[in-house]
Amino acid sequence: MSVQNLPLAKAINLGLQAAMAADPKVLLMGEDIGTLGGVFRVTEGLKTEFGEHRVLDTPLAESGIVGSAIGLAMRGYRPVVEIQFDGFIYPAFDQITSQLAKMTFRHEGALSMPVVIRVPYGGHIGAVEHHQESPEAYFAHTPGLRLVSPSNPHDAYWMIQEAIASNDPVMFFEPKSRYWPKGDVDMSASGYPLHASRVVREGTDVTLVGHGAMVSMMLQAADVAAGEGTSIEVIDLRSISPIDYAPILSSVAKTGRLVVAQEAPGFASVGSEIAATVHERSFYLLEAPVLRVSAFDTPFPPAKQEAVYLPDADRILDAVDRALSY
Amino acid sequence: MPFQSRYVDGVSSSADDTMVQLLTPEGKFKPSASAEEFLPYFEKLTDADYRKFYREMVTVRRYDTEATNLQRQGQLALWVPSHGQEGAQVGSAFATKDQDHIFPAYREHAIAHIRGVDLINIIRQFKGFTHGGWNPFDPKHKNFHIYTLVIGSHALHSTGYAMGIKFDGATNTGKPDKDEAVIVYFGDGATSQGDVSEAFVFAASYQTPQVFFIQNNHWAISVPVSVQARVPLYTRGEGFGVPGTQIDGNDVFASFAVTAKHMDDARSGKGPSLIEAHTYRIGAHTSSDDPTKYRSDAELQDWIKKDPIARLETFLKASGTEEKFFAEVHQEAADFAADIRRRTVELTGLDSSSMFDSVYSEPHVLMDEQRQWLAAYDASFEEEAQA
Ligand SMILES: Cc1ncc(C[n+]2csc(CCOP(=O)(O)OP(=O)(O)O)c2C)c(N)n1
Ligand SMILES: [Mg+2]
Repeated sequence: MSVQNLPLAKAINLGLQAAMAADPKVLLMGEDIGTLGGVFRVTEGLKTEFGEHRVLDTPLAESGIVGSAIGLAMRGYRPVVEIQFDGFIYPAFDQITSQLAKMTFRHEGALSMPVVIRVPYGGHIGAVEHHQESPEAYFAHTPGLRLVSPSNPHDAYWMIQEAIASNDPVMFFEPKSRYWPKGDVDMSASGYPLHASRVVREGTDVTLVGHGAMVSMMLQAADVAAGEGTSIEVIDLRSISPIDYAPILSSVAKTGRLVVAQEAPGFASVGSEIAATVHERSFYLLEAPVLRVSAFDTPFPPAKQEAVYLPDADRILDAVDRALSY
Repeated sequence: MPFQSRYVDGVSSSADDTMVQLLTPEGKFKPSASAEEFLPYFEKLTDADYRKFYREMVTVRRYDTEATNLQRQGQLALWVPSHGQEGAQVGSAFATKDQDHIFPAYREHAIAHIRGVDLINIIRQFKGFTHGGWNPFDPKHKNFHIYTLVIGSHALHSTGYAMGIKFDGATNTGKPDKDEAVIVYFGDGATSQGDVSEAFVFAASYQTPQVFFIQNNHWAISVPVSVQARVPLYTRGEGFGVPGTQIDGNDVFASFAVTAKHMDDARSGKGPSLIEAHTYRIGAHTSSDDPTKYRSDAELQDWIKKDPIARLETFLKASGTEEKFFAEVHQEAADFAADIRRRTVELTGLDSSSMFDSVYSEPHVLMDEQRQWLAAYDASFEEEAQA
């Protein structure tokens, strides 16, 4: 059977396995990813299958992991790095933004950097500080990096393989709250290129766009809205950098209203970028300003406050109502 | 000639013959040769101190067990057990003076308790009520700083604090009861972080009044210490100019005596130094972890035999402490845990708008706008409910 029903974490696991089997230069690096299989078990079984030289339980140092992945890439390897949690990526910030991102440019194209950085990101898991953040915007702001984020197991399976196949650095944001729900994975074909966004629900009144865990939240909001007679089109961004604007602009041409939803704080965010671009390109087609639904501009608060901090279906619907009120 | 390491693969995790030990795992007072320079500090201790150490270790272990159970019962989001590391923590904490500053990682519950932190505050953190939990600058917390979850980052903070002490002339004045020093705790895994190496560099460069205390519990989640270090960690600082001592971290006397000397050296102008305490995390890394996936039961059993509490108990009994004392301590610990349980269950209430309150020290327009927005948004639901 070419369709399998899998949790997103397992889909990435199988995608990694396929990439490693296809190319002996693909290797995995990270903290606790080998014997333990990662704290989310995304790499479970891969050390046993491919050996300790393909799956590295590294010393505890994120800058060291990314920096040495750069050297390995120079040597012809295709490292896939796991950062254990979103909030622990910052010790590697220099290696990612000043080194990994700029190596190709600095070498005037003589060198490519096929490094993937997997980041379990986002909230909804009630964890302690540094374990629920959405740091995409820092990296989206850095030329030289590609950023993608699958929202479902099918995309996860294919996008991880496409990210590994890319000769540019790809940051792969995994919505950790979506690791466990299962979905159908068509093992025979991806269906979409890595950097394509995609309409996941058609509608006529308002367009919603977002990525990762926000996609299921938007679909939930669309269901509620449908019950109230509002028809919502939902777009799964899939790629954060570059952004595939064509489906967004054609949707806006139809609905005239756009709400961008994200788990990250709104100030200087990916949502801000989308809002600005859509205003520039579709000004005369808009019936209402593009609205953003984001987390508040505070640090991710203690778990008891996360339900208030993170945007939910109600907050999305509130923005939908405001968009419709113009 | 090629460099020949004294230490072969994996041996870095075992103790070497310089390890300072006063109390053997069997509870015999038998100081190692390397203990000699530290004995004067031990000799200052009285029977009452020994019992205080014992009481503290038993109380915090009982607390730790209670918190582990509370987590299993859904009361806490996460728990980080300290079981097994009480010797290293209790000995070293009692070796500090009130004016000293302590920078913990996140497993130092016994030290928190000794410095006066109400341990419900650690529960509040792991129940999702706070990222901190106490004010280190409130005198009742005796300069015990809040936990740090980003591995190794606080090593630099502790060094900066120690630089400040030195710049202020608040150390090395010849008054040991006033002169300040700093101690920072982190694990074997943390030693790999660049921040920790940079802290060694700064500490040596500025000759800070500071002790780096490594609790080598042999694991960083599933990764053995041999991945982090191919030489014993007490030697890690040498090349930076931060000399080290290795101790049996499950020997509360060694931890006390060695820390007391290192802190005295720090406060008397001898610069930064390091202690590597050999210990073991008996429990899981956290309540989310399953240690059977990566370590053997034989290894665990081996370390259980080196338990810090059992060996002190044997020592105390052999030196005439009555049964009554032990019964009392265990009763007190049980009462302490019961009180923690009751207060954990009773913890409630966290005003959602408080998240805007302490992002900045001074007023900030975004915080004001978003606080107001949230209030209006919440009110709109109430209106809807009434309509
Ligand atoms: C910068 C950073 N990376 C990763 C983590 C995830 N993490 C939490 S604890 C831990 C292991 C720490 O080991 P060690 O320093 O030996 O301390 P121990 O937990 O054993 O006391 C890891 C990798 C983190 N908290 N911070
Ligand atoms: Mg450790």
